[in-house]
Amino acid sequence: MELFRNTNYDFLGKKWPFIILSLLLTAAGLTSLALKGGPRYGIDFKGGALIRVAFAQRPQVDKVRAVLNAKGLNADVQEVQGKQEDIIGIDVREDRALQSARQNIVNTLTAAFGQPANGKYNVNAGGADALANQLRGPLQNAGVAMNDQQVNDLATNIIGYRTQHSGLIRNLDDLRSVPGVTPQVLNVLKQQVYPDTLAVVGVDQVGPRIGAELQHKAILAVLYALGGMLVYIAFRFEWIYGAAAVVAVFHDTIITLGLFSLFNKEISLTVVAALLTLVGYSMNDTIVTFDRIRENLKLLRREKLEPIINLSVNQTLSRTVLTSGLTLLTALALFLFGGQVLNGFSFALVCGIIVGTYSSVYVAAPILVFFNNFMESRKHPAGSAASASKAPAAPKAAAAQPKAPKQNVRGGTAKVK
Amino acid sequence: MKRNIKIKAVVIVAVILVCIYGIIGLPKSKAELVANWKHNIHLGLDLSGGTQLVMQVQLQDAFKTNADRTMDRIKDELQKDGIQFTSIDRNDPNSLETADKIEIDIKGVPVAKSSAFRGTISEQYPEWILTPLNSTDYKLTMKPTEALKLKQDTMSQTTATIERKINVLGLAESSVQPTGRSDAEAELLVQLPGVDDPGHVKQLLQTQAVLEWDEVKDGPYSTRDEGLTKHGGILPLGTKLVPTETRGGQQSWYLVSRSAIVTGTDIRDSRASQDPTTGRWETGFVLDQQAAKRFENYTANNIGNRAAIVVDGQVISAPTIQSRISDSGRITGAAGQEEASDLALNLRAGSLPASIVYEEERTVGPSLGADSIREGFRAGIAGLIAVVVWMLFYYRRSGINATLALVLNAVILVAALSYFDGVLTLPGIAGVILTIGMAVDSNVLIFERIREELRAGKAVVAAVDAGFSKAFGTIVDTHVTTVVSCAFLFIFGTGPVRGFAVTLVIGLVANVFTAVFVSKTIFDWELSSKRQVTALSI
Repeated sequence: MELFRNTNYDFLGKKWPFIILSLLLTAAGLTSLALKGGPRYGIDFKGGALIRVAFAQRPQVDKVRAVLNAKGLNADVQEVQGKQEDIIGIDVREDRALQSARQNIVNTLTAAFGQPANGKYNVNAGGADALANQLRGPLQNAGVAMNDQQVNDLATNIIGYRTQHSGLIRNLDDLRSVPGVTPQVLNVLKQQVYPDTLAVVGVDQVGPRIGAELQHKAILAVLYALGGMLVYIAFRFEWIYGAAAVVAVFHDTIITLGLFSLFNKEISLTVVAALLTLVGYSMNDTIVTFDRIRENLKLLRREKLEPIINLSVNQTLSRTVLTSGLTLLTALALFLFGGQVLNGFSFALVCGIIVGTYSSVYVAAPILVFFNNFMESRKHPAGSAASASKAPAAPKAAAAQPKAPKQNVRGGTAKVK
Repeated sequence: MKRNIKIKAVVIVAVILVCIYGIIGLPKSKAELVANWKHNIHLGLDLSGGTQLVMQVQLQDAFKTNADRTMDRIKDELQKDGIQFTSIDRNDPNSLETADKIEIDIKGVPVAKSSAFRGTISEQYPEWILTPLNSTDYKLTMKPTEALKLKQDTMSQTTATIERKINVLGLAESSVQPTGRSDAEAELLVQLPGVDDPGHVKQLLQTQAVLEWDEVKDGPYSTRDEGLTKHGGILPLGTKLVPTETRGGQQSWYLVSRSAIVTGTDIRDSRASQDPTTGRWETGFVLDQQAAKRFENYTANNIGNRAAIVVDGQVISAPTIQSRISDSGRITGAAGQEEASDLALNLRAGSLPASIVYEEERTVGPSLGADSIREGFRAGIAGLIAVVVWMLFYYRRSGINATLALVLNAVILVAALSYFDGVLTLPGIAGVILTIGMAVDSNVLIFERIREELRAGKAVVAAVDAGFSKAFGTIVDTHVTTVVSCAFLFIFGTGPVRGFAVTLVIGLVANVFTAVFVSKTIFDWELSSKRQVTALSI
């Protein structure tokens, strides 16, 4: 099966609407960023704390917010999609304050939505050791013959069950299926422990100093990565190719950041990783096209640059659509099934792959054309473009040749066979 | 040609075997297979559940302690040599950045004694630089090399002490290490697998546990000012005012000796126990031999006097010495069993040379980690299946080639993680998924190239050769560019981002091997086994 066969679309002929679209998107992104005072940084970069709470039955997010704010905890509550969990963000940057805030949040939420303890032990908090210590005496008193090891195993199994069920045991009767829980044991459990209807399942806290440092480093990483790639491409092709590729990638990054700002999504450390990945992908795509342009420049020395670029884009169209389509497929899978933690990451990838594929054709390639035209007009200020334009293509190819001797040799062997 | 393929096939099979051995070893049963897998593949805390802490060691504390000790020694030395001075004091650097700006000021040294003074200082304290301020006043600053050494020593001592504390707590597989960020010399990364409520652990690690047994010179006073006024506003030489713990809103102050009789480092062992008569919890300790001798002398000479037990700058108790004590003592006044055993633990683990401040905490409950594994796995499998189905549909027989290359790529990636003791984290999984993307790209590039050559009318064998060789240049370019960006990620990134970069680089290297070398070998083998090739399923 083949999707594209000997296509001959005039990509660059219709470049202006797309260039304008690019400019508009970039402007929209920048405007959104400017209006909102820069990207919305997650706690990784601005410092603060996120506490993730799992509920047996999640209360309405407004209620959670109201209950916390009534206690003076200035909390930002977010629901986790597809789960009975909330992420509670608080602007706490100091460790001691975090400890008390965490306790305060748990107490407040328990008082409002939880189960009263009635002097029992909460089986949805603490680890296996604590549970074993809690059960050892009562089990003995109830006449259940179990040695220390068996009690430990029992506790480990119960906590294991909890782990497999998103951190919450909803009903003690559910524990029947756990190995070691006999009806006798279950009775003791019911007397001694109760399952609270909420539990803290994760905490992230970043101090302001580290946050500022991470932000600084992330920006440095992106800039250096771009610089490194510019140097490599300039070395393999010509400097204008490197510059065009970097401008295209920059364009992708700005648009993706703009989309994050438009959708009010947070920039976290993993999102930065995704941004760097999309930089890699977009670059990958651009290089494949450039490689083909270089090759065609050598084969068709009499042709103008613009038709050569069109030909190259058409020749690589099949691979571009396939690869981008397939990677987009993986990124989409990640976006749809990857869960909340990877949500920002996969969102960046999905945006990046789409924008990155498009930018190779409509950002990087036009820059080559503009530069070429500019050089020509400088060489032949009054000359007719049609006859003059052929001249620069040849030296360009000649300049590219010594840098890629292998390509030449291989082309030769192919012809011999 | 055939011989060549055989050699290549041997290389490929050898790589596969080495990889499989790296992942699962040589299992004899299913249980052993699972055990080996778990042993070889390390999951990061974000997947297995646990707590990660970043702490900053307040190095200035160590500099101040060092300066205090030096000042005590200088005083003794000058007195012994009969060199008078009016005052000796140090500045008080309060941040990490100013730690090595520590400075000791000695004032009022008579001009006549200045050469003797200089001689003594430069001979006895080579780690300090002596600068005269005027004819009678001097300033001591620490040599940069010594400051660096002190910093390194403090970091390694802190690491060792925290390690001991973690071990005493029985937290298996925990680790303490520098964060490795180039400009963060005072940072430590503590990883505590399985800990999902780190409050107690954090408090224990943070306790400095500097124990001193000081002589009580005077007191108690109800406020610090009362103590000061009683001595005319200036404390007698070699003394300090220390507050007691705040109990029930009450706090009092003692004037105690500045240099301790025994300190925490003299302690050999420490246990919590219950007083049999009162039922109160207390912490008993045993001194090492040298300290025991010193302690015995002191207690014998001071029966009836009071001593202060000071922990972390607070008087825990101030008992009257009843009798001669040699090698063991008790610290009473604990609120309960936990407090008593925490103190015992801290005394056993030794004291931190500097206080620590927590800067980052990431706690992932085991259930959250399990969810992430499930979701990441599901996404990975869904992506992989979609890709494989499409490749088989679009490229037919050659799609099998691509699929084999993909699977082998994944196997090499996992094996490399196992051999390099790498840790699989959530961003790492993302790296794996991206590797799959790049691998697909390489295959597509090659196959499209082969199709083009076929369309141009080349014979099958020639088309395959040309397709591979022409695509190779592009593949190298794209891979090198991504490796370059990964290098920057690794240099500038922190923990999880680094994991991502490492996985991606391994995946890319593996990809060049599988998509180019392995895939080409399979093609060659297929083509050479037939006598005449007229069509290729691609």
